[in-house]
Amino acid sequence: MWKWLHPYANPEVTYHFTGKLMPWLSAFAAIFLSIGLVWALIFAPADYQQGESFRIFYIHVPAAMFSMSIYFAMAIAAFCSLVWQLKLSDAAASAMAPVGATFTAIALITGAAWGKPMWGTWWIWDARLTSELILLFLYFGVMALHNAFEDKNVAGKAAAILTLVGSINLPIIKYSVEWWNTLHQGATVSKLGKPSMTADMFWPFLICFLGFAFLISVVICIRFRTEILSRNSMRPWVKELLLPPVTPVTTTVSEDK
Amino acid sequence: MQFDSFSAFLAMGGYGFYVWLSYGISALLLIILVIASNKQNKAVIDRILARQKREIKLRNAASQQIQQQISASASVNNTEDEIKKENDSNEVLS
Repeated sequence: MWKWLHPYANPEVTYHFTGKLMPWLSAFAAIFLSIGLVWALIFAPADYQQGESFRIFYIHVPAAMFSMSIYFAMAIAAFCSLVWQLKLSDAAASAMAPVGATFTAIALITGAAWGKPMWGTWWIWDARLTSELILLFLYFGVMALHNAFEDKNVAGKAAAILTLVGSINLPIIKYSVEWWNTLHQGATVSKLGKPSMTADMFWPFLICFLGFAFLISVVICIRFRTEILSRNSMRPWVKELLLPPVTPVTTTVSEDK
Repeated sequence: MQFDSFSAFLAMGGYGFYVWLSYGISALLLIILVIASNKQNKAVIDRILARQKREIKLRNAASQQIQQQISASASVNNTEDEIKKENDSNEVLS
C-alpha cells in the first residue's frame, strides 16, 4: 500500500490526479444533489410529529456530520504534516478548513431555523449547540493561523497544533446528547441496530448525504490544487504548466522576414 | 408527490419560512464557497502567469542588451581593423 501511495507525495502527480478526478466528482455532486434535494423537498413524506419542518433534516444532519468528519480529516492531515513533515498534507489541511467552517455554519443556521418552530427558540446554550459553535470558532482559528504567517511552514505548524488540540471537541460534540440533558434529539441515522427511520425518509437522506460528500470533495480539490500551485510556484513543472501564451506579435515579425 | 398545489409546497404546512430559510442560506453559503474557491484558484494562476511574463520580458531585455553590446564592440573592432588596414597600405605605399 505504501508503494502505491508513495507517488502521491509528489505535488505534480497529485495535481494532475486531482485534475482528472474533478470533472467526475462535479458531475456526481450535481446529479446526487439535484435528485436528493428534489426528493427531500417534494416526495419525502412529512414527519408524523414535526410535519413539513422535518425537511430541514435533509440538510441539517449531513451538514452536521460533515462538519465533524472534515475536522477529523483535517486533524489527520495536521498530524501527518507535524510528524512526517509532509508538505502536501499541510496544504490539504489548509484547503479543508474553510469548507469545514462553511458546513459548520450551515449546521448551526439550519439547526436554529429548525429549533425555532420545534423548541420555540432559535438558540439555547446547551451542550450540543455550544460545542458545535466552538467547532466553528476552531475552524476560524485554524484559518486565521494559516494566513497569519508569511512563512507557510511556520503557519502550517501553528495551525496543525491548534487543530490537534481542538480535536478533543469532536467526541464532546458526538456524545453531548448522551452525556448531558439537552433539548437536542439523539442520533437518528447512525444508531446501530434497529434504524429509527423509515425507508422513504432514509433514501433521500442517503442521496443528499452522498451529494454533499461529492460537493465537498470538489471544493477541497479546487482549494488543494490552489494551495499546491501557490506553494510550488517556483518549481519548473509549475512554470512549464503555466507558460504565458506566446504573443502573436513576435510570430508575425518572423513571418515577415 | 406530497403537495396538492404549488402554494401548498411553498407553505410547507405552515413551516415555509423556516424550511426555505434553511435551504436558502445553505445554498447561498455553498455558492459563495464554490465561487470564492474558484476565484482564489484563478488569482493564484494569474499571479504566477504575471511573474512568468515579467521574467521572460526581463530575460529578453537582457539578451537584447548583450546583443547590442556585442554588435557595438564588433563595430569598434571593425573600425580598428580598417584603421590598421589603412596604416598597412600606407606602409606598403611608402
